[in-house]
Amino acid sequence: MFFRMVRGTFARQWKKMLMIAVTVALGASIATAMLNVMLGVGDKINEELKTYGSNVTVVPQSEAVISKLYNVENGDVQTEFISQDKLGELLTIFWANNITDFAPVNDTTVTLDSSEVKLVGTWFNHHMEFVKKGTTYQRDTGIINLRSWWDIEEGGWLDEQQSSGDEYAMVGSQLAKDKGISAGDTLRVKGENGEEELVVAGVFESGDDEDDCIYTTLSAEQRLTGTNDLIKKVEVSAITSPDDELAVKAARNPSLLSGDEYDLWYCTAYVSSICFQIQEAIPEASASAVRQIADSEGKILEKTQLLMTLITFLSLLGATLGISNLVTSGVMERSAELALLKAVGAKNGQITLLVLTEITITSIIGAAAGYFMGYAFAQIIGQTVFSSSIEMSGMVAFIVVVLVIAVTLVGSIPAVRMLLRLRPSEVLHGGH
Amino acid sequence: MSKLLELKNISKVYGDLHALDNVCLSVDKGEWIAIMGPSGSGKSTMMNIIGCMDKPSTGQVIFDGKDISKESRRKLTEFHRDKIGLVFQQFHLINYLNAVENVMVAQYYHSMPDEKEALEALERVGLKDRAKHLPSQLSGGEQQRVCIARALINSPELILADEPTGNLDEANENIVLDIFRQLHKEGTSLVVVTHDPEVGEVAQRIVRLEHGKIVSDKKNEQFSEQQEVSL
Repeated sequence: MFFRMVRGTFARQWKKMLMIAVTVALGASIATAMLNVMLGVGDKINEELKTYGSNVTVVPQSEAVISKLYNVENGDVQTEFISQDKLGELLTIFWANNITDFAPVNDTTVTLDSSEVKLVGTWFNHHMEFVKKGTTYQRDTGIINLRSWWDIEEGGWLDEQQSSGDEYAMVGSQLAKDKGISAGDTLRVKGENGEEELVVAGVFESGDDEDDCIYTTLSAEQRLTGTNDLIKKVEVSAITSPDDELAVKAARNPSLLSGDEYDLWYCTAYVSSICFQIQEAIPEASASAVRQIADSEGKILEKTQLLMTLITFLSLLGATLGISNLVTSGVMERSAELALLKAVGAKNGQITLLVLTEITITSIIGAAAGYFMGYAFAQIIGQTVFSSSIEMSGMVAFIVVVLVIAVTLVGSIPAVRMLLRLRPSEVLHGGH
Repeated sequence: MSKLLELKNISKVYGDLHALDNVCLSVDKGEWIAIMGPSGSGKSTMMNIIGCMDKPSTGQVIFDGKDISKESRRKLTEFHRDKIGLVFQQFHLINYLNAVENVMVAQYYHSMPDEKEALEALERVGLKDRAKHLPSQLSGGEQQRVCIARALINSPELILADEPTGNLDEANENIVLDIFRQLHKEGTSLVVVTHDPEVGEVAQRIVRLEHGKIVSDKKNEQFSEQQEVSL
């Protein structure tokens, strides 16, 4: 009888129920989309910021001390280096999978057509293999992903893995313009330790000082400077978690952390814990965060999450008000029927249960529709903003169900209060 | 004959309005009473108090020896569910349930729905063959008979009817009054609130209300004669 009455309400009040389902669906869809994006946004923003370059730099320890003491870059007078053999250690740290790319960066000054030009030796798409304790680690890495904003005006990216026998280079647009250099030209550059002929693979525009530079392979630079297997600096791009109080505390001095705090910090991808682990792997190096990027990640993430929380809250508030109006008007329309049920002996609790069952079933149908709509919204946001799909979290489905039930119950409070005040004597007989 | 219901010095006040003013009334078991009076005389207020749907401002309501005037609303709901069957002028059937389901609703909130018993109740009012019809497929008289079957289904001690023929034509009015005669003959107590003299005059006793006071309370001398004629 109970479900016969519920079914009867759906048959008779289907328009009202449809409106409630649509209201819930809209609220649930926005909540689903926002919560999924919010959970995935950390990684997405990190990935997005990774396209703006590295967020960790690794330099020899002595260089870091000088830099810290005098707040200057040491430039060409650098006398300490990191051994190239040690770079493979980056693949062995706890957070190795979070390191998306890294590249050694050696800069020097060379002579080109009797004028001095800055030349940078680095990896472009270098294939590296590293063997440690019988395990072979492999990675293709280089500045192709660390300089993703470069606009290639002529030619293409330097491909280290082709084996034509020539040595290649990429030339900044300003230098190319000044010297009349085009892709395919051969440059003769002279360093302090010898000369190299470099074939121009491409001309790039970076929008900064690099437009006056020549970028070539690390090995070519090392031959020009006579620093075989030595590295001045390594740029690392890592996916990190935004800093919080623990990270700030650890950044000051990890030894001040308690045992539990240390474990939590070490096992969280804070930029400071990644730097710490890099230093553990390469003791002669000093790793430090590029604070501007690390800070931006945290701030953008915090603000984006706050915005999405607000949107979710407002959408659910809107749904609650909508449900409240619809359910209350539904109870008003059915006042004679509900008063009759009281008149034939139904208790307030039984009638409340009947009405809430009808609304909850409607809301669950709306929530299911809303979840799928939310999935679509999340993918649209993912593709539009981050150019990638948003992974749907099972936890979000659970949260959305809980939120929808809460919204439904809260939205039904005015209707239930009205229902409790309903007097059969007033409704069925029309007063005294 | 023992008393089923006693109203002792009942008053119901709404602001300055005395809907009922120090009313005393008793109903014996198996008695058929008509409460009559013009609009605004307090008939519906008295019916609500007798039907446990409202509480008096002052006075006592004693039903089957128990004072129910101070009971909570929850207790009153249980009491009227178990003891009283209601018949309304507007029928108040649930329009998406068919006739037998409308009868079963009262069973559902009383104990357990039993279709066989509900069909028997419809048979008592001559509507067994219309059991699966929706209210919209029934005439006014048939709807009122379903309403009576619903009032009877839980074997109440009192049938309380508010203008039961107010929306019916003469033919259907007679059918409903015949059902009341049959119920009275079977020993059911009846309180019928009406302003229709023809309905009032078929009752065993006629109570007249005016301005919230009982102005007359008389036995109907022609009652036995009418019973003989009709049955």
